[in-house]
Formats: sequence, C-alpha cells, structure tokens
Amino acid sequence: MEHLRLSGAYWGLTALDLMHKIGSVKPDDVVTWIMSCQDKDSGGFGGNVGHDPHLLYTLSAVQVLAILDRLDALDVEKVSDYVAGLQNEDGSFSGDIWGEVDTRFSYVAICCLSLLHRLRKINVEKAVDFIVSCKNLDGGFGCIPGGESHSGQIFCSVGALAITGSLHHIDRDLLGWWLCERQCKDGGLNGRPEKLTDVCYSWWVLTSLILIDRVHWIDKDKLSKFILNCQDLEKGGISDRPDNAVDVFHTFFGVAGLSLMEYPGLKTIDPAYALPVDVINRIFFQK
Amino acid sequence: MHGRPRKATKQEDPAAAAAKSARLRELQSQLLHFHHNRIYTKEAVSVSSKLLEINPEIYTGWNYRKLAFQHNLKEVSDTDTIKSAIEDELRMVEVALRRNPKSYGAWYHRKWVLGQKLVPANFDNEFRLLDMLLKADARNFHGWSYRRYIARLKDVSEEEELKFTMDMINTNFSNYSAWHNRSMLLSNLLRNKVKGFLERENILSDEFELVRQALFTDPSDQSGWFYHLWLLDQTSTPHKPHLVSSWPSDGCNINISSIFREKCERFPIVFCFNQQVDGVNLATVTVNSKAISSEHITWKPLSANNSRKSKVWGAFVEIFNEDFDNSQDLSVEISVNLCGSIVHLKFVVKLSCMDHQEKDGGGSEEPFLWDCLEKCQKLGEIPPNFVSYDWLGVRDESVGEDAKWHLDTLSAEIALFKEMLECEEDSKFVKLTLARLLSAHNSIKPGGDSYFEETLKLFDDLIKLDVPHNRYYRDERSLVLLDQLTSSKDSLVKYCSKCENPSFSYFNPQLCIHFSGLNLTRIGFVERLLWVQILDLSHNNLTSILGLEALQLLVGLNLSHNQITSFTSLEPIKYSKSLKVLDLSFNEIGSHPVDTTRYLCTSPLSHTYDATETINELARENIQIGDFWEAVLLFKSLQLVQLDMQGNPVANERFRVLVEKVNPCLRWLDGKSLK
Repeated sequence: MEHLRLSGAYWGLTALDLMHKIGSVKPDDVVTWIMSCQDKDSGGFGGNVGHDPHLLYTLSAVQVLAILDRLDALDVEKVSDYVAGLQNEDGSFSGDIWGEVDTRFSYVAICCLSLLHRLRKINVEKAVDFIVSCKNLDGGFGCIPGGESHSGQIFCSVGALAITGSLHHIDRDLLGWWLCERQCKDGGLNGRPEKLTDVCYSWWVLTSLILIDRVHWIDKDKLSKFILNCQDLEKGGISDRPDNAVDVFHTFFGVAGLSLMEYPGLKTIDPAYALPVDVINRIFFQK
Repeated sequence: MHGRPRKATKQEDPAAAAAKSARLRELQSQLLHFHHNRIYTKEAVSVSSKLLEINPEIYTGWNYRKLAFQHNLKEVSDTDTIKSAIEDELRMVEVALRRNPKSYGAWYHRKWVLGQKLVPANFDNEFRLLDMLLKADARNFHGWSYRRYIARLKDVSEEEELKFTMDMINTNFSNYSAWHNRSMLLSNLLRNKVKGFLERENILSDEFELVRQALFTDPSDQSGWFYHLWLLDQTSTPHKPHLVSSWPSDGCNINISSIFREKCERFPIVFCFNQQVDGVNLATVTVNSKAISSEHITWKPLSANNSRKSKVWGAFVEIFNEDFDNSQDLSVEISVNLCGSIVHLKFVVKLSCMDHQEKDGGGSEEPFLWDCLEKCQKLGEIPPNFVSYDWLGVRDESVGEDAKWHLDTLSAEIALFKEMLECEEDSKFVKLTLARLLSAHNSIKPGGDSYFEETLKLFDDLIKLDVPHNRYYRDERSLVLLDQLTSSKDSLVKYCSKCENPSFSYFNPQLCIHFSGLNLTRIGFVERLLWVQILDLSHNNLTSILGLEALQLLVGLNLSHNQITSFTSLEPIKYSKSLKVLDLSFNEIGSHPVDTTRYLCTSPLSHTYDATETINELARENIQIGDFWEAVLLFKSLQLVQLDMQGNPVANERFRVLVEKVNPCLRWLDGKSLK
C-alpha cells in the first residue's frame, strides 16, 4: 500500500491527535517528508515520494500540515492553483490530469481549498451543480451521475455541500432514512443495502448523518460496541470486522466514529473536514 | 485492507512474505525509474504489467501506461498496430480486474483507452467482460457504471437497458443495483415521454406489481422496499405547486395596536406552498392598498438555509402613516400568480390605539412569566384573528382526475399491506410502508380520527419493534400527532389561549399555543400556525425547531425542558424578527461536544457568513469568539428583551457576561432584571 502512504500519514496522525497523542511525533520530520512528496512542477502531491501528483494525496498533505499547524510550509497559491486547475467545465473535478471524474474528487478539492481559504479559485456554483447531478432517487449520491448510492460517495457529497453552505439540496429525511437503515443487527453499519458491515462506514455513514442532523436515527451505543469489538486487544489497532486483520485505515475510522459518538477521552472531530474541531476552529475563527 | 482474517488461515513463511514484498518494491522502483526517464520500451512496459498484475492500485503505473500508449502510437497510422496496442491495454485491465474487480484505476484505464476513440470499440468484448463480472458480483457498482458508459457509447436505447435490469432482477430479487438502474431509466423514459412510456399510470401500476413479487418473496430484503418508497413518492407527490396557507388569510381582520408613541409601520405577509418554489417577487405577487407602497416590498424565502427555493415566503409591508389614521380600516388585496394559477386574498387592517405605556413590555416591572399562561383566558369561541388551516389552492380539473388514480392505487396498496401484515406481524418494513401509504392517502384526502388512530398505533408498534431506529419512528409520530392537533378548529382550540399582559406584540389579541408535554421530537404543519404569537413547546423532547422560521408574528417562545444541544440548532428563530422573549432553560446546551447542526446554520465554516468583523469587534473587548461563536452569531441576529438560560451546562458566569454584551436590548436574564 505504498502508493497511498501520504493518506496513511493522515489517518495515523489524525487518529493520534484524536487520542491526544500527537506529541509523540516530530513535526519537522513529518513536514520534510510530506514536502518531499510534492511534484515541483504541478504543485500537487503524490501518494509517496516519486509517485504522480493526485488530488487525493494533495488533500492528505494539507490535512496533516493543518493538524501540525504547519500550513506555512506550503506555497498556498501554487497548491491551490493545482487543485483549482482540475475543475472541469461541468463543475466536476478530475483526480489528476488523466481525467477520472468522481464526487470524491469534488469533496477533496472543496475541502482542500477551504482549508487554504482559496475556495474562490473555483466555480463553487457549478461544483455544487455537479454534485447535485449525482443525487439519486433514493436520496443518496454516486460517483458520477447515475452511479448507485454508496456511503463513501454520500459522505463526500454531503461534506462538500456542507462546506459550501449547500445542504439545502439534500432531502434530509429521505437520505437520513437510507443512511440509518445501514445499521444492521450486529450494530455495525454497512455501505449500501444488503452488504456487510464494516468499521470504515462508522465514519462515512455516521458523519453524513451528523451533517444532516439525523444521527439520532441510529443506535449509537450498539455502534460503539461494534467498533470496540473490532479492536485487536493483543496487538492494538482496529479491523474492518471483528477478528480480521487490523490496519491504520480502519483504526482511524473507528476512532473517528467513536469521537463522533462522544466516546470519553477522545478529542472531537469535525464532521465535514475530518480533522479535530480545535484545528478547524483555529483555521476559521482566529483573528 | 478488507476481509483479511486476523490469524492467517495458513502460516505464511516469513521468508516468502519478505521475498514477495521485496519483489514488489523492486518492480515499483523500476517503474518509477522508467516513468521519470520517459522510457517506453516493450521491456519497460512489461515491468508495469507485472507490477499492476500484483497490485492494480498503484495508480502511477496506470499513468505510465497511458504515457507509453500515447508515445508509442505517436505518428502511427497503421490500424493493425493501433488495434494491437489497444488490445494490450484492454488485456492488462482484464488481468487487473480479475485480481481486484473493484480497482478504480483499472476501470478508468479501460474507459480512457476506449475514450481515445482511435478505432471503433469491440462492444461484444465489452459486454462479455461486463456479463462475466456482474455475474460474479451483481452489486459491483464499478461494473454497472461502466455498463452505463458502454451503453451510451454504443447508443443502446434506455428501453433495452431497462430489459437488462429486468433480467438481473428476475435472476435475483435482492439486487439493489439493478433496481436503482431501473428506477433511473424509468424516470428518464417517463420524463422524456418516450414512445411506449406515455401511460405513466399504467407503467407505475406495473412496477407496483413487480416490486410486490419481490417484497412477498423476501420481506426482509431491503432492496424492494427502497424501490417501493420511490414508487410511492411518484404516486403521492402532486405535480403542481400551489399556495396552501397565508397570513393574513383571506377574509380576516387584523387588529394592530398602535402604542401611543409610535404607530405600527409594518406588518408581515407570509405564504406557505405545498412544495419548494422560487419566483415569488413583485412580478408574481401584487399588493393593492391605499396606504401601502407595493414597489418596496421585498419577498424573501423563509428557509433556514441558503436556498433560493422555499416552501415559505415572506415580506414586510410598510404602511404610510401620513395617508392613514386610526379611524380608517385599511383594505388590502393580494393576488399571487404562480405556476399557472392565480389566487386572490383580501383582508382588512384595523389600527387601534392601546393603553400601553411603552412598547416591548418595557413599562412592566415584571418579566413575562410562562406559568401565567395557565391563568390565561381559554378561548371559548374563535376570535377574529384565529385562523386555522384552510385550503387556498386553486383546484383545476386535471389535478382532480390525477387524484383519482392516486387514491385508487394507494387504497389498493393499503389493502394489500394490511393483508400482508397479518402474516408478517414482526416485519418493520411492512408496518412502516403501511404507515407511509396511509399518510400519503391522508394528504390527498384527509382521513380524520380513524387515520390518526391507526397511524399513531403503527408508529407506537414500530418504536417497540425496531428499537435501534426508535427515534426515527418518534420523529414520524410527532408529525402525525401535530397533524392531528392542528387538523381542525375544534382540536386546536383546546391548546389555545389569549394572553395580553405584558404585551410584546403589535397584534391584538396576543394568541398563544401550548403544545407542552406531548413528547414531541420535531415540529411540523407550521402552515397552520402562521398566526401564532406566543408558543409554548416546553416539556417535550425537541432536538430541532426546524419549521419555526415561518412564524413571523412570534414574540415569545418557550423551549424549556427539551433536548436542545446547541445554539446552532436555533437557527430558525433568526427569521422571527419580532421575537422578544426566549426561554431555553433546562436543555442540554454545553453538554455535547458534537454539534449536529454545525453546518446547518450561517457561519464561516459553511462559507455563508463572514465573521471577520465580529471576531475583530470581540477581540477589542478581549473576548475570544472561538469558544462561543455559536452563541454570538445567534444572539447578534436577535433583539431579545428576555432570556432564560439556567439549567444548561454552558450557562456559567463567563457565558452570562458574554450574553449581556451581545444582547444590548436584554432586560431580563434568568428572571433577574439587568437595568
């Protein structure tokens, strides 16, 4: 999984910060390594040193720098120009110069530019229009227009609409019910109807519900128990399902989900930016 | 990352595992070398093949292949060479998809290659691959998405694709992906009025029959139920938007009390439509009256969000004092010309001089006491300002005809589901769908007490039957209950009273509603409550007050003893510009770090409010807005005279100081006088 190491850094460091353990990391070392993943020509970041630049890893870079309060390490204009340059005519975003379009990339671009206070570099109205065109009859969202509703895409769409003040495009009762029905008998959440539960949906479904104020429609205690049951109590970490192998991806989403449910001892995470609330408040409310 | 057991089923030799990783790293490093040095020889490309075969997620590998493809075909015009190059790429994708059928990189590479359109695509090959993959996993959304792409490329008709969904559904009812595709295709065919799809009602009836088979076969499978919900929505939603209620309403008299120092210079007009509309403006709404200048009327959507569309619209109308004196009645005529129909309203405004000392109840030595409402005069008869829900919409014949098919279909479905309930007593989906069918029927043709009793009971059953989702059913139940309470003058009058002292409102008498202690978790049917000036919602289970933004006459609101957890959830009251008295005591503000309405209010986080000025202003007074931005942004848009906050964890001394600073008009805080 070396091609997504930068995202791994985001998952790991955010999980640490949520658990009040970010102090165990040396910020300078991290910043140096992150900057070494940047493609000097385009300004975008690759998943690892030498890998091609892509929106996904550019966001991860900005998110990690935000947590470490080291956004000063960036040439903000260059990075934001890279991101803004990937917006297409119809408002959608390509992940990179090769042109793959997906609502994930709309979220990544909007989230990234917002953290850098450069949202005005894109056509926000058209970006919103594209996301709305991916809205399905069940109230959910897919990757591209016509794509089946999937919790990951729903988070990306709802998150992007939240950041751009456009949540009114969502039928919150309709989507809220679709999302709350992701909770299965084992207490966990699945990603779409008739699929297996998975800890990562504890983030995507849960945070989508929180953003539209429908989280009270699921049983949070049951979900907490499910997540905690996915821990490897010998070696640490959280897996996708009980008794499966752990990884940093599921560990982060499990901790993030628990944070959203106000699990004691964890910092609060912002549901739209997927960063600790104190980081977001610092970025948006400081003089 | 997904689906790997914690304890490996067979002990993998650590040496072999290490060798595997080393090989992968070696291949990757070679690939990056070729990529950075733009080496596109056959040998170099074959390294990328080996790499992507092992791990199709290495996206730089796919990028490299695209560059190699472009480079090696530059200035090549020989069709065979081109075809061969394309086939190599398609084969690579197929190999990768066998490894991981959900690889975004692999699927996109195939799309990209075909999208180059260098030669006509081999559609047989594409459909062969799709059939194979969808057979292995009928829910692979990458496959479905790619199928839609190929179908468009080949110009396959939507009708033919509809048949494919039918095949998939017939193979296995539990195929949400197929139902999803079907609903989308049908929607398009119906909307575009394609030949063979003109009889909308027949089509929908057929679909009801189809989904019924799925539901009866396996009621526990979700797929069919979501499709049924979509069909229900097609059957119950009216086509045309129309006006549902207004304040002032047609034929009523409004008494405006002019306090001796100043006359009431303006009053609100509110319209409620049955669905979200836009285009309410000076061109579509005309206001005719002697002492009103209609050019200055600004219609605004009254919706607690950023939208240009809203179900509720309002404007303030100014009365020119010079032209008008206390002895005259002001007659006002309004016509609303929207969505193909015109509605006329006529009402009369009477100005009277009241014997109050000062406005805003400022002359009174006592704060407004909520418990004094019990002593209020219960309404024995309906006073002139009291208007409940009346249909105002213009009904033309076509709406009437439509209604017949809708009602018949809904009645038939209701009968079937009641039958089904006898065999499937414990199926939450059957109960919930039945409740939804009954509600849909009721909204076209009110069912009265029997509807309310039956539906409330269904939700009571569901609350016990499906405990994890009980709060969803409580929300739905609250709406049915509010429907019942506001459904007629007789039912509503039990909850009303008249409250005159102290008076905060220009409109006399001051009418109050007490919806207290009813286990309400959410608010609805506000179109029937536009005339309310004082609203007591205390002792309920409210976490949201969405809907209250329509109440333009509201001067007093009691939300004490509820479950309000944040200031952001109070966004709707920012729209009630006349609000003076607010009781928030004994809620849960400050006890929850997670704010579920953080992005549903105007704030810098959603780019709907520039807080720079406010931040600077407060910084000058040594107040860090960070901790209390939600409270600051709320109170700054209100002009409260009286506020109760005790019983909320947030209400400490530091907070009280802040509250006084940002509420300059405040006279009473937690029952104590501030001046």
